[in-house]
Amino acid sequence: MQTFAFWALAAAAVGTGVAVFAVDSMARATFSLLASFLCVAGLLLLAGLQYLGALVVLMMVMEMLVMAVFMIMYMMNPAGLMPMTMVHNRRGALLVSGGLFAVMAAGILLVRWPERRGRPPADPTADLGMALMGPKMLVMMVIGIAILATMIASVVLAVRGGRYGRAEGDGAGGDGANGGGAG
Amino acid sequence: MRESPVWAVVALPFALALLVYAAAALDAVLAGGGFRDPLYEGVRLLVQQRRRTLAPDRLLTRIGVVALPLAAVLGAVVVPLGGRAVADLTVGVVWFNAMEVVVWGAVWLAGWGANSAYGLVGGYRFVAQGLAYELPHMFALITAALGAGSLRVDEIAHAQGGLWFAVWMPVAFAVYLLSAVAMAFWGPLGHPAGNDLAGGAAVELTGPDRLVFLAGRYLLLVVAAAMAVPLFLGGDGGPLLPGWLWTLLKTGAVLAVLVWSRQWLPALRMDRFMTAAWTVLIPATLLQMLVVGIVVLD
Repeated sequence: MQTFAFWALAAAAVGTGVAVFAVDSMARATFSLLASFLCVAGLLLLAGLQYLGALVVLMMVMEMLVMAVFMIMYMMNPAGLMPMTMVHNRRGALLVSGGLFAVMAAGILLVRWPERRGRPPADPTADLGMALMGPKMLVMMVIGIAILATMIASVVLAVRGGRYGRAEGDGAGGDGANGGGAG
Repeated sequence: MRESPVWAVVALPFALALLVYAAAALDAVLAGGGFRDPLYEGVRLLVQQRRRTLAPDRLLTRIGVVALPLAAVLGAVVVPLGGRAVADLTVGVVWFNAMEVVVWGAVWLAGWGANSAYGLVGGYRFVAQGLAYELPHMFALITAALGAGSLRVDEIAHAQGGLWFAVWMPVAFAVYLLSAVAMAFWGPLGHPAGNDLAGGAAVELTGPDRLVFLAGRYLLLVVAAAMAVPLFLGGDGGPLLPGWLWTLLKTGAVLAVLVWSRQWLPALRMDRFMTAAWTVLIPATLLQMLVVGIVVLD
């Protein structure tokens, strides 16, 4: 049963991954990539890593939605419902990806994999937490604060403020793109 | 994961259906209608012919429509509705959070797929609203988990023997209720499907599609209300009455407040909500977490 689920999820992950390049719509490409990641999350759950599996679902859905918003925002055809091809520079891309695949496949076959030592812990989530936050506490805290500061700083820079308040002001803004403000 | 009795699996759909109908009926009564209105509306939608738009993405729209109730039900499997959860995962809180984020995709797809400007705007509104409510919501969930020292929903519920988390984590509880309304795009945070957009993300949904989508929204509201009980309201604990009845009563009370908020509070624009969320709610929930953390370490 588990073996069957593994192969089904693995095949679905690869299949939806291929679909990313085969479909003719930005949204379909985004959501087939999401489906591929969800299959990977299923594989993690299958391996007993419940926390990582749920986390992959959580992060990937949010990530893909934000990505879909930006992709469609920057595209030429309105809202991305017109068919369009998902690939360009076919020959170069095929060469690069084919070469990369060959190198990685060779790596898998040539590397001497270590033997399994020890047994899986009773609660992988707790062990993961200890591994991340135990000896590496300082690093994780610094990275966490740096990411939060970067996010807030980039939002502050992106929001255009002016003499008359914020751009999409709370009644006080005078932004032309908003169809004229209080002035 | 602990083994759950079979009756928990059988009882879950009935409990959910009952609460969904109760929520819809309460909303109809509060709006001046009768409690049988949702039934009539459901039958009407079931037999209504589908309206079609020009060049829609039918596959993605359907996926979005079906994903909404599906996400709610998958989130409900870790909620001990009636005593025991169907699947008491060791990381129940994270699972619940992951399932409710699927709603982002569902609403966006349903709004975008119809090739309609209003639907598209509604879908975008929901993603913006999601970016506003999700971080405070996560902090509120984690605060409850921190108070109990566990991500398992059952253990969080039973860590509140002495004092409900709602009492000594009021900020987290309030933020949880607010984000419950936001994730179900309901009432004050219903702008993604607002009247100013002729129905927003749901504008082009007709017939059974609309029925599934709207029922999914009520399901989300129900599941969010049901999750508040083990997280903040002491789970099935209470005097005299049996545990499952307490769970149901508490869920019903939270649900009634959430439903009532639609009549009671004005609609909130999500850009203002965004500002408030990032400048007020995130610092407030972080401070709440700090206080809880200090108490727990003591």
